[in-house]
Order: sequence, then C-alpha cells, then structure tokens
Amino acid sequence: MIKLVLGIAVVLVIAILLLIFRIQTLVTVMKGEGDEKKGGLSNKINALMLLIFFLIFIVAFFWYSSIVSVNYLPHPSSEHGVRTDRMFWITMAILTFAFIVTNIFLFVFSYLYQYKEGNKALFYPENHKLEIIWTVIPAIVMASLVFYGWKEWSSITQDEPAGSEVIEVMGKQFAWQVRYPGNDGKLGVYNFKLMDATNEFGMDFNDASNYDDFVPSELHMPKGKPVVLRIRARDVIHSVFLPHFRVKMDAVPGMPTKFWFVPTKTTEEMRDQLGNPNFNYELACTEICGKGHFAMRMIVVVDEPEDYEKWKKGQKTWVANNLDYVTPLTPANLKNLLPASVQKDSTAVPQAPVAAPAPADSAAKEPEPKMHALLTK
Amino acid sequence: MSTADTHLHQHIDHAHEDHDHEHDHAELPWIRKYIFSEDHKVIAKQYLISGILWAIIGGGFSIIFRLQLGFPNLDLTWLQPLLGKWIENGKLAPEFYLSLVTMHGTIMVFFVLTAGLSGTFSNFLIPLQVGARDMASGFLNMLSYWFFFLSSAVMFFSLFLETGPAGGGWTVYPPLSALPEALPGSGTGMTLWLVSMALFIISTLLGGINYITTVINLRTTGMSFFRLPLTIWAFFLTAILGLLSFPVLFSAALLLIFDRSFGTSFYLDSIYINGHALAHEGGSPILFQHLFWFLGHPEVYIVILPALGITSEIIATNSRKPIFGYKAMIGSLLAIAFLSFIVWAHHMFITGMNPFLGSIFMFLTLIIAVPSAVKAFNYIATLWRGNIIFTPAMLFSIGLVSFFISGGLTGIILGNSAADIQLHDTYFVVAHFHIVMGSASFFGMIAGVYHWFPKMFGRMMDTRLGYIHFWMTFIGVYLVFFPLHYIGIAGFPRRYYSFTNFDAFQSFTDLNMFVSTAAIITFSAQFIFVFNFVYSIFKGRRAVQNPWRSNTLEWTTPIHPEHGNWVGPIPHVYRWAYDYSKPGAAEDFIPQTVPLSETLSSNLPFETEELAEEAKHHH
Repeated sequence: MIKLVLGIAVVLVIAILLLIFRIQTLVTVMKGEGDEKKGGLSNKINALMLLIFFLIFIVAFFWYSSIVSVNYLPHPSSEHGVRTDRMFWITMAILTFAFIVTNIFLFVFSYLYQYKEGNKALFYPENHKLEIIWTVIPAIVMASLVFYGWKEWSSITQDEPAGSEVIEVMGKQFAWQVRYPGNDGKLGVYNFKLMDATNEFGMDFNDASNYDDFVPSELHMPKGKPVVLRIRARDVIHSVFLPHFRVKMDAVPGMPTKFWFVPTKTTEEMRDQLGNPNFNYELACTEICGKGHFAMRMIVVVDEPEDYEKWKKGQKTWVANNLDYVTPLTPANLKNLLPASVQKDSTAVPQAPVAAPAPADSAAKEPEPKMHALLTK
Repeated sequence: MSTADTHLHQHIDHAHEDHDHEHDHAELPWIRKYIFSEDHKVIAKQYLISGILWAIIGGGFSIIFRLQLGFPNLDLTWLQPLLGKWIENGKLAPEFYLSLVTMHGTIMVFFVLTAGLSGTFSNFLIPLQVGARDMASGFLNMLSYWFFFLSSAVMFFSLFLETGPAGGGWTVYPPLSALPEALPGSGTGMTLWLVSMALFIISTLLGGINYITTVINLRTTGMSFFRLPLTIWAFFLTAILGLLSFPVLFSAALLLIFDRSFGTSFYLDSIYINGHALAHEGGSPILFQHLFWFLGHPEVYIVILPALGITSEIIATNSRKPIFGYKAMIGSLLAIAFLSFIVWAHHMFITGMNPFLGSIFMFLTLIIAVPSAVKAFNYIATLWRGNIIFTPAMLFSIGLVSFFISGGLTGIILGNSAADIQLHDTYFVVAHFHIVMGSASFFGMIAGVYHWFPKMFGRMMDTRLGYIHFWMTFIGVYLVFFPLHYIGIAGFPRRYYSFTNFDAFQSFTDLNMFVSTAAIITFSAQFIFVFNFVYSIFKGRRAVQNPWRSNTLEWTTPIHPEHGNWVGPIPHVYRWAYDYSKPGAAEDFIPQTVPLSETLSSNLPFETEELAEEAKHHH
C-alpha cells in the first residue's frame, strides 16, 4: 500500500514538474525571449557560477586532502617504497601546481570574458612564441620526470643481489600459497601436471630439492635483507600486491615472474608506530581473477633476522607433513631424504609402485623467471 | 550494393540538376527513409539514439554496483524483480558484480563513446562540414549501423543468460575469460561478448573507411585540408586510428575464440583448474594483453579525439574567436594519433613484461603528454579576450577542458612505471580514466548534441534544462570521480566486491558512501537531458538556419535538409572555418562560403594576395 502511494506521489510530482516546465516555456515564448538572445541574465549567472564552482572546489580539495592525509599511502616498509613515495609526492606537487594554474586560467577567463553587449572578441589566431614556450616547458618537465622515474624503475627492476631470501608465491582461485626453499636454499622443480588436491604446488619428487621445502600458512620475511618473490599462478592471472611494501607483480600461469625488495620494518615495529597492536601486513590480489578476487588475503609477517631464522627452523617440511603421499612417489635413490622412521618402514613394507615419471619435457621446467621474450637481457 | 549506390547517385544527380528533390523523396518507402536509410543524417540519429539507450543501460549498471560499494549492508531485495537470482539473500552475487563491472566498461567504451560518439558525429558532420551530399558509400554506411545494431542485439541478449554476461573485466584477459570453469561469465556470456565485438569491429571498419574516403575525396571546391574545421580533422584521424587498431582486436578475439572452442593454446599454458590439469601448453596470456592494448590504447584516443574536435568547434563559435593555434591543434592531433600506437604497454608495466620494455614505454607515454598539454593551453587561449556566450554546449565544452586537464595530469603519474607499481589496478586508475576519457568524451558528446540538435531536428533544445543538466552533471562528475583518487592512493584495488576482508582497506567507507550517492544523483540528472532531448524533437522551439552564428558549412543547408543536404549546387569554400570577430568585418562571423572579394575590408594581407592572384588567373 505504501509503495502504491509512493508510486502515485512520484508520478504526480513528475507531472507537476512537467506542467511547470511547459507553462514556463510558453511564458518565455509569449514574452518573445528566444534562445538566441545572448548575454542575458543566464549568461552572467553561468559565468559567475563557473568562478564560484572553481573557488569552492579548490577550497574543498585542500581541506579534504589535509583531513584525510592519515589515510593516504600506508607507511612504506621497504627501501624502494620510501623512494617511490618521495617521487610520487614530488610529481604530485608539480601536478597540483599545474592543475590549479591551468584551471585558474580556464575559469577566470570564462568569467572575465563573458559576453558583453558591444564588446568584440580579439581576433588572435596564433602566437608562435607563446606556443613554443608552452610546448617546451611541459617537454622539459616531462623529460625530467621520465629521467627520475626511469632511474627508480631501473634500480627496482635490476636483478636481485646474490644471497637474497627466495620465497615462492603462488596464486590460485582464491588464495595465495607460499613455499620456502628449506635448508638447501633451492626451490624444488614443479610441474603443473603433477598438481592435485594434496600437492598443490605440483612438486616433482624426482627432484631432491623438494624434500626440504616447506609451505607455511603465513608469508614471513626477514627485516633488512633482500627478499625475492618468485611468483606464479596455477589457474588464471592473479597479481601479488603488498601495499605496505609498494610491491606489485602479476602472477601469470605459465610465465613465472619475480619482484625483489628489502623489508625495513618488522610487524612489531609497525604495531608500535601505528599504536595498533592488531596490525598485520597483508598480501592482496589486484588482477581480476573471479568470484573470490576480493578475498585473496594472506597475512604477511616481517621478523627480526634472528626471529626469522628461528621461525624457519621450526617449520616442518611439506614432505614430513605428507609422508603417505610422498613415500610412494620417492625414487629409490632419494629414499634417504625421507625422515628416518619412514626409511625403516619402507624396507619392511613391500616396495610401493614407482610413480610414473613426469613427462620429460615439462619435468625439466625450472622455476627460473622467464621474462617476456620480446627483448632478452 | 550496386543498385543501392546507383539509386543514391541518381537521386543526388537529380537533386543537383533540377532541384526538384522533394518529389524524388516522396518515392522512398518509409522503411528506406527511416530504418534502412542511406542518408548519413538519419544514420547519425540512429547511432545517437542507440548510444543514448546504451548509456542508460551502462550507466544504470554502474549505479547497481556503486550501491554495493557504497552501502555494502543495503538490502537489495527490491532489485530482485530486475536481477532475479543475481540477488542472493538481498545481496548482489559477487560473480554478477564482476559481470556488471565488465558490461559497464564494454558498453561505455565501445557502444556509447565509440559508436555513440563517432558514429553520431562523424556521420552527421563529415558530409555537412566538408560539403558533400552524403558519405562516399551510403550503402556501406547503412551496413555499418546495422552491424552495430546486430552487435548490440547480441550483447543485449547476453545480459539475460543464466550464467550471466561476460565477467572478466572489459579487457577480458585470458585465461580467466577463456575458461568457463574459472568464472560463470566466461561461458556463453563470453562467447556472445566475442561475437558481439567481432560484429562491432566490422561496423567500425565499415564506418571508418567511409569517413576517411569522404574526407579525402568529397570535399567541396575550395575546402582544402587546412580549411577543414577541427571537428573533421579529429573525426578523420579517429577513423584512421580505428582502421589500424580494431583489426588487431579482431585477431586477438579470434585467437581467443580458437582457444576457447577449438583447443588451441595461443594464450594458455600450464593451467590446473577444478582438480585437473588442462592440455593447453605453450601459449602466453601476455600475448593477449599486447594485442588487446594495441587496440585498447588507441581506443582511448578514438574516444577522446572526436570530443576534442567537437569542443574546438564549439569553443571557437561561442567565444566568437578563432580557435587559437589552428595548425598547432592539427599538429597535436597528429602527434597524439601517432603516439597513441606506441604507448600500449604502459598498461602492462607489472605484468612480468621485460622491465626494459617498461622503460621504453614510460618514455613514449610521457611524450604524449606534450601535445595533450598544447591542446589544453590552446583552448584556454581561445577563451582569452573572447566574448563568451554560455550555451549549454559551451558549458559542456568548458567542462570537457577541465576534465581533460584534471584527468590528463594524473596520467603523468600512472605513465611513470616506478610510481605505477603502487597505483596500478587501484582506484587511482579508475579516477584517472573516468575523468580524462569517460567524462571528458561524454561531455564532448553531450556538447555536440546541444550544439547540433537544431541541425539534426530543426528545433532547439531547452536552454534552462540544459543549464540544470550541466551543473548537476559537472559538479556530480567531480564529486564522483575526484574522491576516487584518495581511495586509490590508499591502495584500494579495482574490481573488489567488498573491502571488508582487508585491514589495509578499511578506511574511506564514508567516502565510498558519498561517491555512490553522488553517482546516483549525477545519473538521475541525465534523465533531464533525455527528457529535454525527446521533448525538443517534437515540441522544441523552431530553430533558425544558423542559430549560433557559426561559420561552418552545415549551417548553410536548409533548416530541414533532405537527403543530399543542399538544395541546388554545393556551396564553394573560400576561407577557413574560424573567421570570428575579424577586424573590419561587419558581423562577428564570416561563413566559409563568403568569397574574399566580398570582405575586402577585413581581408588579411595573405588573403588580399590570394585574391589578387585569383584575379590574375581570371584575366
């Protein structure tokens, strides 16, 4: 009933508005004021409103920018993040200046040169000197910004230093998974054809390096040490986004990528700094990947280097957690890599069938990032 | 085709010879005159009305997902009659949210701002402003519209599929768009998306060939390239961009169709999904992105250049001043058109593409800012010491310049690959392109409608409603899109159904609410325009022949031009389109059809020379 009344009310209001509009139109026709009449009151009002709009806009812009500045870019927690933030704000200052100056001209000219009876516009088709000046100035500003950006970009994207902490990040619908290389410092070989519900990374157990890899539920990183993320995806494209570290890199199925950086603040330090004991670094997805795109969260922890080592020591290898799965897949020459208890068992139990080796071509696939091959380094 | 062409030519010759074309028209059956018409003016109106309808649908979609983003706890059960099972327990389904985002992008970019803008104004203005009786091929032109119509029908149909329309974003990156297992919208919805786009590309190419041919071949006597209004330059270059880039999208789509339906692996490699590894191996998802953006980037200029052309014309006319730096404007259009082809990979800085390529594309991208800046400065210089009349078209043009500046500037940050690391795929990007490409082109289109409505329908649109429409939209657009910069700087990713899962994205809930409210008001304001448009077609005040006292050729046609445009011979052109407020002239405008010999008092030295030269020839 209420809906019906509301509906009728809306219809009535629209009908009244239409009626007013029609009457007004007829009145202007009767008065003989045509649309062609220029420079009337409406011209003055519009000119004034452009000016007022601009003034209010600028005031609101500065006011709002200052009150929400706490919510801007989160505190940078990586070495390059501090530098790109500085670049961002320097560029932003230049842009804000250009934005305000050009808009002042746009709106003030609109106001100043509104139609006036008897005025004649200035026939002023060109001024080469002026045109050259305002071509050259942006060109110089752009050139310096390009140079600045290029320097930062080159330093961020250069190869990671030797001895960087290697961590594999894999995106899938709809979660992140991370794998650490274990004691040997080498991530084991994988193949997507070996993936199943248990072996989500597709680890190939013909490779000895896989036996000490571990797969924790959080992404831990040491403070002050270069960390290189080896990034891949299992199903569709995802994108690794660590907002606090200014890190973003797509995870592409079939094309491993990487990003290296140096975390500079531990989770604890950030908690103190922000006064928020519940603060956590987070890993998010920034490439549309399906229904759960907005929920691909993983907690990221930055530890002091010694805590980090301690944490690593405490992790059980993936193999140890999935012995029943791995044991039948382990070739004879790698049996010694299984925990001691299993080695004894497997001599007692009849030899499990040897797993079919992975196809030779794909088994050889190294988790080495192959960057897009348009230009090889 | 030959019969149709012959018919047109006969008709035109006929009109040309004995001026008795009304009789000729009476013979055209209704369906050939209004539905399968070959008259560029009718086709333009068909594009315009289709564009308006699509804009309502595409804009409406954005309102639905803005409700979700601004008011995540709102009960949407009342939308159930419209959206059916896509409303789950009073909430928008996340998959459908993605489909809405995808369709909003596709519809706005292709159907509204490409077909609705270029299709309307290139069709309408090219023959009228270059002095031609119609397009080079009226038949191809008609086909162009009807291919667009088919494409629209297929896309519209896909909205009603049980699995929903395509949902992988308007950029439809595989593998997401290639695998129905990955997303319901990647099933039949995606198939129809691809079919629709293939038809759309055919339509664009047919239109583009016509625009280019007409501009090159059918200019009237005296209409040299450097006497063309900037509108025509913009449409001409836009058509060239489309002709060179849309086929690349076509090939990208074709390979995607092969991957989806015929088991090829152009874009697919090493995929494990839904508990099984796929047989596809050796493809590259990045290949699709290169192909897509090879169109996709020129596409943003396909969208903005016509709007800039329209604005140039309107600002000059209503400032009563020649456009400042006419040749620089052409030069910057040419530079933008050329550069637009070699900046595509700035959409891909962090895809894993070689960082060295990133450096090159950053350099090329920031170069394009220079001609864009020149254009903005020239608009402002045109206003300087003008005698400005604020028609609704003029207000929308000034709005366009403001958006072009505000949105263009943030492009300088995004084009910097190092800064893009943090901002890529955040709301900062959304803010940037909605202002510089979405709103600016939209304003160009609306400005064009207000300005050329009298030529299209022989009546005027209501000015007061136009003012209300402008102010609500102009303020509204800034209130909707400007705040998104803040949300983007804070790192909020695009295409998120909700931000509740992350501690990092907990701020700005009030701002998101504000943006959604502003969006609803701005969208509602568009119905003032729709009303004004429809009402004025039938009941608007009758237009005079040249209501804006403009120089260009279209205003020399009758108030209701028939097919063939001019009664009698096509007028000759003697000067450029921007002789406004020329010193020594009686009026503050001199139409292009006025010979130099009639304006001795206002001729510039080079024109006096020209005249003398001509006189010599005659003797």
